[in-house]
Order: sequence, then structure tokens, then C-alpha cells
Amino acid sequence: MAIPLERQRAVSIIAHVDHGKSTLADRLLEICGAVEARDMRAQYLDSMDLERERGITIKAQNVRLQHGDHFVHLIDTPGHVDFSYEVSRSLAACEGVVLLVDASQGIEAQTLANCYLALENDLTIVAALNKIDLPQADPDRVAGEIERVLGLPAHECLRISAKTGAGVPELLDAVIERVPPPGGDPDAPLQALIFDSIYDNYRGVISSVRVVNGVLTSGARLRFVQTGKIHDAEEIGVRTPKPVAVAELGPGEVGYLIAGIKDVGQARVGETVTEQARPAEPLAGYQDPKPMVFCGLYPVVGDDFADLREALEKLSLNDSSFTYEPETSGALGFGFRCGFLGLLHMEIVRERLEREYDLELVATAPNVEYRVHTTGGTVEVVDNPSALPEASRLEAIEEPYVRCTILTPAPYLGTLIDLCESRRGEQKGIEYLSTDRAELIYELPLAEIVLDFYDQLKSRTRGYASLDYDPLGYRVSNLVKVDVLLNAQQVDAFSTVVHRDEAYEYGRRMVDRLRELIPRQLFDVPIQAAVGGRIIARETVKAKRKDVIAKCYGGDVTRKRKLLERQKEGKRRMKQIGTVEVPQDAFIRALRLED
Amino acid sequence: MGTPSQFGVYVHIPFCAERCDYCAFATWTDRSQLATAYVDACVADVTRRYREGELTSATSVFFGGGTPSLLDPGLLLRILDAIPLAPGAEVTVECNPDSVDSAKLRSYRAGGVNRVSLGVQSMDPAVLATLGRTHDPAGVERAIGWIGEIGFDSWNVDLIYGSAGESLPSWSATVERVLAFAPPHVSAYALSVEPGTRLAERVTRGSAAPPDDDDQALKYERADDLLTAAGLAWYEISNWARPGFECRHNRCYWEGGEYLGIGCAAHGYTGGRRWWTVHSPERYIAALAHGGSPEAGDERLDAAQARAEATMLAIRTKQGAMLDPGREAAAAQLVDVGLVSRERDHVVLTRQGRLLASEVTVRLAPDLLAPRTRDGG
Ligand SMILES: Nc1nc2c(ncn2[C@@H]2O[C@H](COP(=O)(O)OP(=O)(O)OP(=O)(O)O)[C@@H](O)[C@H]2O)c(=O)[nH]1
Ligand SMILES: C[S@@+](CC[C@H](N)C(=O)[O-])C[C@H]1O[C@@H](n2cnc3c(N)ncnc32)[C@H](O)[C@@H]1O
Ligand code: SF4
Ligand SMILES: [Mg+2]
Repeated sequence: MAIPLERQRAVSIIAHVDHGKSTLADRLLEICGAVEARDMRAQYLDSMDLERERGITIKAQNVRLQHGDHFVHLIDTPGHVDFSYEVSRSLAACEGVVLLVDASQGIEAQTLANCYLALENDLTIVAALNKIDLPQADPDRVAGEIERVLGLPAHECLRISAKTGAGVPELLDAVIERVPPPGGDPDAPLQALIFDSIYDNYRGVISSVRVVNGVLTSGARLRFVQTGKIHDAEEIGVRTPKPVAVAELGPGEVGYLIAGIKDVGQARVGETVTEQARPAEPLAGYQDPKPMVFCGLYPVVGDDFADLREALEKLSLNDSSFTYEPETSGALGFGFRCGFLGLLHMEIVRERLEREYDLELVATAPNVEYRVHTTGGTVEVVDNPSALPEASRLEAIEEPYVRCTILTPAPYLGTLIDLCESRRGEQKGIEYLSTDRAELIYELPLAEIVLDFYDQLKSRTRGYASLDYDPLGYRVSNLVKVDVLLNAQQVDAFSTVVHRDEAYEYGRRMVDRLRELIPRQLFDVPIQAAVGGRIIARETVKAKRKDVIAKCYGGDVTRKRKLLERQKEGKRRMKQIGTVEVPQDAFIRALRLED
Repeated sequence: MGTPSQFGVYVHIPFCAERCDYCAFATWTDRSQLATAYVDACVADVTRRYREGELTSATSVFFGGGTPSLLDPGLLLRILDAIPLAPGAEVTVECNPDSVDSAKLRSYRAGGVNRVSLGVQSMDPAVLATLGRTHDPAGVERAIGWIGEIGFDSWNVDLIYGSAGESLPSWSATVERVLAFAPPHVSAYALSVEPGTRLAERVTRGSAAPPDDDDQALKYERADDLLTAAGLAWYEISNWARPGFECRHNRCYWEGGEYLGIGCAAHGYTGGRRWWTVHSPERYIAALAHGGSPEAGDERLDAAQARAEATMLAIRTKQGAMLDPGREAAAAQLVDVGLVSRERDHVVLTRQGRLLASEVTVRLAPDLLAPRTRDGG
């Protein structure tokens, strides 16, 4: 039986990182009796190992809760800036949001960014101050900030502790009272939006759907509008959070759909599902976000290339925000040039590929995308520094800029301005949110914030500043390509593009760092940095003279063999670059250069 | 592969007066009261192996430790008496300069011991102190004097190089002073930091510098120069001898010969099987008291693994290792960088290569894979 519209609510919980979204979801699951007490654990919906290890939400999760007569479709979203695409997709399946703000911290960069997203989507915002149990919580101040900055009346802000549960029942009541029920016509032709998908080895693609019009019935013959393919609804159901099969999902309802799809290309996020017998217009769908950071991903074992391709296909179903294109590297063999929304996103995708698909990967240094004007008058878009045209053919290089919003306690303004200025930033404004908190706006080359900007920001402000950024388009910069030569052989994987003023320093640091990271070989290995064929820095890794000569005293041959086996295993984990053996993680580590 | 006529017996004596700072061998400083029972167990073990046909006659016997010279010679010789010897068998006893005396050496000689290995380590008192050794250079001189008087033709000096605070001149002086005694055989080992030792603890704490590879390489070359000039030719990475004085027992290990391990923490290789005995003397005594086997674990090598091991062992010697046909390219690369030379179907380490023997082995041994091990402790 489809649920009457007026008894449904659909909300996402949105907030800055760590403000307590997943913990609030825990309390809501409890109040609604969705999880048995013995099965409960903190941040229940963070089900991925990576999420639990890092203590952050990476994937939005939806769950249907029952509260009295009402059914609440709840989506817990991630807070980190790299995953804002997860938030925007979730919002398309909701009529309202719970905007959480940590009452001991106040408004932060993703509070603003996510709140604006909700406003753009015309969603009802239920604001709540969280963590009021903390002694340093200052709900009055933060409520004032919310009213001033976001225009949400202070007296409407709920005050809760997701940890103790205080105020959470009232919050749930407020959601039901203030958020409008979904619209939709049960008699219209079916239109359901796929807003998330995962690949299951047994069942194939499992999609999260929201029915907008019509009724999705189990067994129905479906037409997927974008691909034009026909599939049968093998199973439909709701997550409670346990998956429970149902006979039908009516307008407004959120659930899952299994249609026996093994080809992951056929159930992309943003797809509209209709009935074969009564097809309907596609829904708006999603604009896939533009990746901002790129790197090459290569299997450590060359034979794994096909596995990597398959893994990328399957993972991209669950995360459509990264891109991948096959590429070949002289140093690394066959791999993919991948695009990500940020550095954390890159790390997470890589780790998921390794864990969920049992691959060992090497990643090249991250870079942004460049627009290159050649002397021949053409413009090329280059996402791999080693593919940059030769210096003699270069007319100009453009790089992406971003508008960067930093929220910080006022005393840190000075050090943050220093940081931004040292990264070629241009100040666009400072505004005080209250007497002691300020918003700093800068325009910066994206490349400058890709590397360690975030770490710097956090360490200079003891974690109190937060950052958000939006693309501003491309601008011409004085950029050069720095190449790294290992034993006189150019290592394409190490090439990078930097501002001319930084080329020497960059080359020097790179060479120094690599000298530390490249183990001694059987011969001297020169490491050089070059700009357009001119050597700007050089170091030598002296040949290894001696290795452990374990003797086999008393005939203990076994131990000696095991030592050598370990040494051989270590070798297997090295990448061969020409005749030089390079540890797998040398690339990433070489780029984590601290000032 | 091994010369079939070789058969070694290693006897482990797990007692020491003091534990040296670098030493991780199975030895105890507080169990001398176990000596008699331990020797009884060793004798029982030899008898048992003999009965089971695993021991016919030994071409070499090596009493190692620990400190065999700490034992009453009568006890030590009881073990030797139980071992059937091939004619001309080499019988070595490891001695510490400060636990050996002329009476003990005389008893050894009378009882059939014909080779002595003396743990000298250094002739520099400061270095001996950092190593935690209890003897001094004068003790070494005395011991070598007795060795000569009593008429051991075949004897060895163990040296260690590369400890913190040992300068290159100090090391040269050690080698030169040892050579002044005209030893027929010298073993020189690069100090290694073994887990669980006092040295390892100091290195982790930062109060001692870990040995430096470059420094040790230099000292190895210095030793090789001096020893060669004195007529001692290298025949295994850490061993030099006057022609004819190579240690037959150690060659048995490197050439793939069979051997028994008697005593605790001892290793054997018989019938294609590598095995080892329980770690402590107590458990060894207990195992044999019940008429049982003292073995704690073993492994059987398949053909490929046996080949890998053979390469690993043989490459250490001056004869070198047979080159696996699949490793031609690797060998050619090693020749290019000067680590090995080709001698018909063999590969032999150059001096540079001897210092990088592990690297060379890893590149040349075709099948370095872990075998199935049965391990009971
Ligand atoms: N004292 C206190 N701690 C809380 C409260 N709510 C959440 N926390 C803690 O804040 C930390 C972050 O909580 P999460 O629920 O994971 O935050 P999140 O907003 O889901 O974080 P992301 O998904 O990574 O953006 C955890 O250590 C929680 O235990 C609260 O009401 N009081
Ligand atoms: C097991 S010991 C027994 C010999 C005798 N107890 C002695 O110390 O004189 C044999 C030799 O191994 C060498 N040795 C022991 N531990 C070592 C280490 N950590 N590094 C290098 N050589 C070592 C010493 O040269 C020693 O003489
Ligand atoms: S080096 Fe020799 S004397 Fe020193 S503890 Fe080890 S076995 Fe005993
Ligand atoms: Mg979360």
C-alpha cells in the first residue's frame, strides 16, 4: 500500500564536518525503534569500514523511519567539502533539511555552503543547535549568529544533544510540523529518480530511488529513460535500515530498486525510471560535478589493469563524481587518469578501490586541469602535466581559480592572510560574523589549495578555521613544467606544473625528498629537476655498499631464507623505473612537502 | 649440491658466563647446574639418531654455543665419544678467551678435538667494552699461546667489525694484531643488531648508533686486503683461511651437505628435511628424558625451494652458485654493475658483490617462496 502523501516527510541532515549528523541519525533510529538496542552502535549509518576508521561520513545513507502515523525518509549526508555532491543529490530527494550547528563551534564554512544548497533547492530548513551538553557550548551566541548570517530566526532554532538525546523528540516533531509533505500524483505515469546506486556481486545494481509520480510496483516492466533499456523490477523495498521488500512505492516514497542489472552503465545516478507500458518524461536528473583534482592511478602489478578498469566502473556507480580515462605512462605502464572533487576524495576512492576490489595501486602527484595556448593558436585542455606541449610551443598556460571562503576566529586572521598571500591569493573581503568570528574571502589558484593548504589552515588555527571554495574559471598564470629525471630518465609520473617563481624551490624540494625516498641501488642514481631541459637541481643517491649479511651460524638455513624471502617480497612492492626500484608510495610522500 | 661424503654434527652448548651486548643466541648465564643432565640428553639424542640410522659417521663435529669451553672438558668429550667419526674428521670447539685454559685445551686435544675457534671479536679494549665482552687482549694472547703450545694446527679467530666507536684504524689494528699470531683461519662478521639484545635496546633508545653500512663495507675491504696479503684467502663471505685450513663443517652447510643438530636450539638437515630442536635446555632435557624427539619443527623443501636454497648458500662461497637458466638476464645485470663474475655455468661474487650478497641472492634465486612449515615452538 502506498503511503498517503500527507503522512510522509523527507529530510536530509546537513551540517559542517563533525557537527553530529550521524550521531543525530542514531538517536532518531532509536526513537523510532528502527534498530534493536543490542544492534545499536555509534554512527550506525556509517557502515563502510573506511567511514568507521576515519570517523567521517563519506556516503549519504537513506533510511525510512516510522514515527506515530508518519513516515520520515531520512538521509544522513557527509559534511566534508569534497563530498558536497552527495549532499546536493540527497537534497533532490527531500522537501526539507535539518541544519545542525555545533553549539560549541558556531557556523562554519560547510554550514554556509550546505545551507545555501538547501535554499537553492527551496527546502524548508529546520535549524538545530547540537552538542548543548558540552560545557563550552554557547547556544545563545550561536543562535544569534544563525539569525544574523543565515536569516533563520533564533527563536526557531532547536537545542539538542545528539549524544544524550536531549531535545531530539522535539526536533522530530518540528520536522513533521514544519516540513511540508511531498507532492506527486499516484495516478500519473511512473517517474522515479535514481539518486544513488551500488553494485552487489549477487544482485547486481541496487539503486536508491525516490518516486516522484505514479507507483513503482514489484514485478513491473520498467523503462530507464536515459539508456532506453527495459528491466523488470525484481525487488523493491525500503531501508528501515534493514532492507525490507515491499509490493509498491508510491509518490514521495524513498526506497531501493533491484532490476537484475549487471551492466553498471545502465543504472547511473540521475536516471529516471518509468513504466514500459506508460512511459513518462525524464526528471531533471543531476549535473555531474566537475572534477578539480587529477592524478594517475596505476596497478602495482601490471596484470591488474583489467581488474582496475572493472573496479572503476563498479565504484563509479556508487560514486559518480570521479572520472577516469585510460592513460599510459612510460614509468608506470597502463593506468587511468582520474579526476576527483578534492584530495580527500582522491584518497578515499583510491582506498576503496584497494580494499573493496583487492587491488594494489600507485597514485601520481595530484594536479589541476590546465588550459594551454600554443604558438599555433590552439587551446588544449591538459589534465596531466607530462602531456603538456614542449616549452617552445607554449604561448600561455591558464589555470583554474577558486573563490575561497574561510571562517575563522578573529585572532587567526593574520596568519590566515599570510597563508593566502603566500599562495598567490588575492583578498576579496573580510566580514565579521560576530565580534570574534570572521569570514575571509580570497581568490586563489586551485592548485595552491590542492596540496597542503587545508592542513596548513587547520594547524595554524588549532583546527578552528574552516574552508569552502567554488570554481571561478581559468586565468593566465606564469606557469612552467618541472620534470624529474631519475638516472637521466625522465619520470613522467613526477612531472608537475608550478608557478615560475616556485620552480627552483619546488625542484629542489622534490629532489631532496626523492633522495630520501629512493633507497640506495646497486649503482649511483642521479636525481635531477629540470625546466625545459635546463637542470635546476641535482642530488645523487649513492650506490648501496652493503646489505645485511646474515650468517647461518649453527646451520639455521631456514631463518636466513626467510629473511631473503622478506627482502624479495619488499622488492615485489617496488615499482621498476628504468633500472631503478622505487617504493610505491614515494610519489605521494614526495608531494607532501611541508614548507 | 653437497658432496655425499660430507656429514656434519653440530652440538649446541647453551651456557655462557655473561651475555654479550650484541648476542641473541640461545644461551643462558644462570643454568650451569643443568650441565650434566644436558650432556646426558645430548648423548641420548646422538644415540637415538644413530639407532634410527640418521647418523653413520661424521666428517665434522662442531661444538658451538654459547660457550662450549665453559663446560667441564670431561662432559664435552662424553658427547664427542658418542659420535661415530669418519677417519680424519674435523672436530671443532668454540672457546672464549677467558673461559679456556691450557688444561682444558690439553683435554680436548687428548680427547680427539683437532680445531679450536676462539671468540676474540676485537683487540681494542674500548671496543671489547662496548661489545660487552669480559676478556681483554692479554687474555687472547694467552689463549693463542696455549693453542700453539698444545699443538692445534687448525684454529680460528672470530672477529666482529663495525660497532659504535670502532674507528677504521682500530679495526685495522685488530686485524693486524691477530695476523701477528699467524692464525690459519679468520672469521670476520659485520656486527648486526639483533632484536632483544642490549645493543638493540641502546639503538632504539638512541644511546648507541646503529652500525653503518658504508663503514662496515670499508672495514670489510680493509680486512680482506690485510688477510689476503697475509696469505689467508677468502673462501666464504665472512671466512678466510690459509689453503687447506678451510672449515669443513661450515662448508658442509654451504655446499648442501647433511648435518645433525644436537642440543637445544640446534638445526639439522637430513633426508631433504630441515628441522630444529626445542629452544631451551630444560625442554631439551625433558624431551629426551621421556625418550621422545627434541624436534620443535621442520620443513620439507620441494625441488624449486631446494634450488633456491642451494643458490643462497653456494653463492656465499668462492666456488659460487650454479646459474639457473631462467636468471641469465639478472646475472648479466649483476655482471654489469660489478657484483658477480661469470665462470662457465657458475656465478661468483666479486668483492663488491660479497658485501651485497643478499641483494644478489634475491635476484638470482629463482624460487624464494615460503615452504610449508610445521612449527611446534
Ligand atoms: N558531546 C557531544 N558530542 C557529540 C554530539 N553529537 C555528536 N558528537 C560527537 O561529535 C563527533 C562527530 O559526530 P558525527 O555524528 O560523526 O558527526 P557528523 O556530522 O556525522 O560528521 P561527518 O559525517 O564526518 O560530517 C563524534 O565524536 C560524536 O560523538 C553531542 O551532542 N554532544
Ligand atoms: C654464537 S657465537 C659463540 C662463540 C663464543 N661464545 C664467543 O662469543 O666467543 C659465534 C660468533 O658469532 C659472532 N656473533 C654473535 N653475535 C653477533 C652479532 N650480533 N653480530 C655479529 N657477529 C655476531 C661472534 O663473532 C661470535 O664469536
Ligand atoms: S657471543 Fe658468545 S660469549 Fe657472548 S653471549 Fe653470545 S655465545 Fe655467549
Ligand atoms: Mg556523519
